Amino acid sequence: MTLTKGDAARPPGRGGRRSHVPGAGTEHAAAVEKAQREMLHEGGSTVAVRTAAHGSRQRIGADVVCEAILRQGVDVFFSYPGGVILPLYDVLGDYPELRHVLVRHEQGGAHAADGYARVTGRVGVCMGTSGPGATNLVTGIGTAMLDSVPVVAITGNVPSALIGKDAFQEIDINGITLPMTKHNYLVRDADELPRVLAEAFHIARSGRPGPVHVDITKDALQQETHAQHPTEDDVAAGLPGFRPTMGGNHRQLKLAAAEVARAERPVILAGHGVLHAGAEDELRAFAEKIGAPIAWTLLGVGAIDERHPLAYGFMGMHGWKHVNRAIQSADLLLAIGMRFDDRVTGNVRTYAPYARIVHVDIDPAEIGKNVAVEVPIVGDAKRVLAALLPMVDAVPAEGRAAYLEQLADWRRESEATSWHGSGAWRDGTLSADYVVQKIGELTDHEAIYVGDVGQNQMWLARYAGFRHPNTHVSSGGLGTMGFSVPAAMGAALGGTGREVWAITGDGGFQMTLQELMTLVQDRIPVKIALFDNKKLGMIRQWQEIIYAGNFHSAHLLGPDYLKLAEAFGMPAVKATRPDEVDDAIRFAQGVDGPALVWFEIAGEQNVFPMMPAGKGLSDLIEHWDGPDE
Amino acid sequence: MSAEPTASPDADPGAQDAPAPDAPGQGAPAHAVPPPRALPGGGDQRLHRLVAIVVDKPGVLNRVASLMRARNFNIDSLAVSRTDREGLSRMTISLHGDDVAVEQAIKQLYRLIDILKVQDVTGEATVEHELAIVKVRVTDSNRAEVLKLVELTRGRVLDVAPDALIAEISGTEAEVDNFVACVRDFGIRELVRTGAVVMTRGGASIEEAVKR
Ligand SMILES: Cc1ncc(C[n+]2csc(CCOP(=O)(O)OP(=O)(O)O)c2C)c(N)n1
Ligand SMILES: [Mg+2]
Repeated sequence: MTLTKGDAARPPGRGGRRSHVPGAGTEHAAAVEKAQREMLHEGGSTVAVRTAAHGSRQRIGADVVCEAILRQGVDVFFSYPGGVILPLYDVLGDYPELRHVLVRHEQGGAHAADGYARVTGRVGVCMGTSGPGATNLVTGIGTAMLDSVPVVAITGNVPSALIGKDAFQEIDINGITLPMTKHNYLVRDADELPRVLAEAFHIARSGRPGPVHVDITKDALQQETHAQHPTEDDVAAGLPGFRPTMGGNHRQLKLAAAEVARAERPVILAGHGVLHAGAEDELRAFAEKIGAPIAWTLLGVGAIDERHPLAYGFMGMHGWKHVNRAIQSADLLLAIGMRFDDRVTGNVRTYAPYARIVHVDIDPAEIGKNVAVEVPIVGDAKRVLAALLPMVDAVPAEGRAAYLEQLADWRRESEATSWHGSGAWRDGTLSADYVVQKIGELTDHEAIYVGDVGQNQMWLARYAGFRHPNTHVSSGGLGTMGFSVPAAMGAALGGTGREVWAITGDGGFQMTLQELMTLVQDRIPVKIALFDNKKLGMIRQWQEIIYAGNFHSAHLLGPDYLKLAEAFGMPAVKATRPDEVDDAIRFAQGVDGPALVWFEIAGEQNVFPMMPAGKGLSDLIEHWDGPDE
Repeated sequence: MSAEPTASPDADPGAQDAPAPDAPGQGAPAHAVPPPRALPGGGDQRLHRLVAIVVDKPGVLNRVASLMRARNFNIDSLAVSRTDREGLSRMTISLHGDDVAVEQAIKQLYRLIDILKVQDVTGEATVEHELAIVKVRVTDSNRAEVLKLVELTRGRVLDVAPDALIAEISGTEAEVDNFVACVRDFGIRELVRTGAVVMTRGGASIEEAVKR
C-alpha cells in the first residue's frame, strides 16, 4: 500500500466491526483493548491481588525492581509516583528496608541520586513515571552523564500494547535518554527484569561510571514472574561488548616512566577519575616519589589534601594563576583521569606549549579527543598509578629544589591577590570568598560541600579548603543550576557521617527550592548556605567583562528567604556583615535537621582570575575596575 | 566527517598568540616561541571503511546513527545485515575524515555496549561491492544505446518499458559511480544504492575475532 501525505487522511475501509480498535479481531487488537482498559483502571488487569496478609500475593515485576535495588546495597531511592509506575508504589510497603524519598520534582530526584552516588561510590537510584515524570529526570541524567556518575534511572511506561500510540503520558523516553546515558533499556517482559536491572547496575558502576536508564512498561511491572536474579559473573559474561580495560599496557607504562625520568618541570593533573578509582593514596605516593606538584580539575578537588606540600591548586578558567602558570611552563603533564575539557585548557593551540603529555584514562575515547598526547595509557587510575610507582625513579628533594621554589614563589604571589581576609568587599558588604572560607573552617574541613553553578561554585572550589576525597560535589560538565540542594539531599542520605552543606547562588536556589519541603518532611539534615548577590552573578560578570556592561537580565529578585524558610518550616538565619558570619554558620550547625543560612553578599564581586572564552591559560584577567576583586 | 574549522592554523586566532610568559628556562629569553600545540585531527581527509560486528538487537542501528550525528561524524553510507552467527549483525560504515578523527569515531563506537568489534579496513586488501538499481529514461531512438552501455559496464537489465528501463550494476563504489555518470545524460528517473559492503581478503575473520 502506498500512501501519499494527502491520502493518509482518508477514512479507513468499512467492515462489520464491533470494536473501534484498528484491526479488531486480531490478537494485537485484543491486547491494545486490554491495555487501554488497564490504563483506566477498569479491572481485568494482572495486578497482584492484595489480601490482608501481604505474604500471600504473587511476585510481580515491581517486586523484582525492589529486590534488584536492595541486592546492590542501595538502601534509598528518590522518586515520584504516577499512573504507570503505581504498581511499584503498590508493593513498596512490603520493603521497609528500602527507603523511598518522595521528592517534589523528578529533577531533584535525579540530582539526589547523583549526590548519593558521588559521596558513597554506590549507584544512585531515581525513578519517575512516564511522560512528564520521565522528561523531568532528563536534566539530572544529563548531569550524571557529563560527570560520569553511576546512576540508574528507572521510569514506568505505558502498557506495551499501547507503545507507539501516543497513549496518555507516553513519550519516547528511550529515544531521549539514548545520547545521554551509557546505555538504556526498554523492558516489556517481567521475566527480563532481573537480568536487565543487574546489567544496568553493572554498566553504571563499571569502567568509566555513568547513568543507565531502564524504562519498564506498566504491564511488565504488574506481570507475575519467577525469574531469578543473575550473579555478577553471569552479568559480565552476558555483556561481551562491555569489557573495560583496567590495567595499563606495560609498554605504555615504560614509556611514561621514561618521560618522567626526562622531565624537569612535571605537573600532575588530577581529575575525577582519581576519585572514581579511589586512587588518592597512589596519587600521593607517586607525586612524592617524583617530586611533582599536583593540580586538580573542578571534579578533581579532594584528590589530594590541600595541605600537602605538593598540592598545588585548582586549574583552569577560574583556577589559580600560579597553577595555570605552572601548566604553561611545564615540560611534562601527567594527566590522570581527566579529559582536557575546554574549561581546563582554554585555547588548545596555546595550552601547555612546552609540555609533552602522558594521559591516563579508563575511557580510550577521551585520549586524543581534545589534545594530542605523547603517551596514551588506558586504564583505571588506581591500577595504573600503582603499576607506575615502582617503575619511576625517585627524585630526591634537591633534584627539584629550584623548580619547587619557583612554584612556591608564584603561589605566594597569586594567593596574595584576590582575597578578602577581612570579610568585607568594597563597600563593606560581605565578600563571598570569605564566607566560603569560614564555612570550611567552622566545619573543620570535614563536611561534604555541594556546590551549585556560577560564581558560588568557583568560590567554593577555590576557598573552602578540601582535605578528603568525595567531600566536594559539583556539576562540572553540564553546569546544572539548581543542582546543589537536591544533590546535597542525596549526599546527606549516603550515610557518610559527615555534615552536608549545600552552597548555592540565589539563581540556582530558585530553580529547585521545592526540595526544601522534602528536606523538612524527611528531616534530611542539609545545611544550605545561600549566596545571595541578587544577581545571576556569573552572567553579570561575563556581561561586565565581555559584553561591555550590558547587564540584561542579570539582576534577579528573590523572596524574603527567612519568610520562605519559615513557610517551609525550616529554621533560617541571615548574615549581612562579616561579624555575623560565624554565628550564622554555627546556628545552622546547631539545628537538628535542615537549616538555611542566607548570606547577603556583595552584588558585584567577580571571581578572579578569569580566562575569557577562546583565550589561553596565559591570558588570565586578574582585575577589572578595581584592585580588590 | 566535515573538516574541523580550527584545523587550519591560519584560521585560528590563537595561533598568533604570544608565547607563554613562563617558559621552562624562566629568565632565559633565548627560549624559542613554541609552535602552536597540535590539535587532534586536521590531517588529510579520505574515505574510510569501517566494519562493525554488533549485537543483533532492536535499536542498535539507532544508537550508531545517533552517536555519529551527535559526535559530528558524517556517514557517507551505512549497510546493515545479519551474519550467519546467531545474534550477530554486521555494519559497513563509510565515512570521510582524517585518520585521527576516524580513530575517535571507532573509540566512540566502542563505548556502545552493543558494539562488539570495529575494524577500519581502509588501506587493507579487501573485496568491496555495492549494488545500484537505476531506472533510466529511454526512447525508441536511444534504447539500443543504453542497452549497450549496460552491457559494457557489466550491468544487467531487469525491466524494460516503453519509456524506461531498469538496470542493475554492482561493483566497487567507483564502478557504480562511473555507471551512474554514464547514464545520467539519458535521464535518471530513480536511483537506489545499497552502500558499500566490504570484506578483507585472506583467511582472517572479524566474526571469528569477536569474543563472546
Ligand atoms: C539550568 C541552567 N541555566 C542557565 C545556566 C547559565 N548560568 C551559568 S551561571 C548562571 C548564573 C548563576 O546565578 P546564581 O545561581 O545566582 O549564582 P552566582 O553566579 O550569582 O553565584 C547562569 C544563568 C546554567 N548554568 N544552568
Ligand atoms: Mg547569584
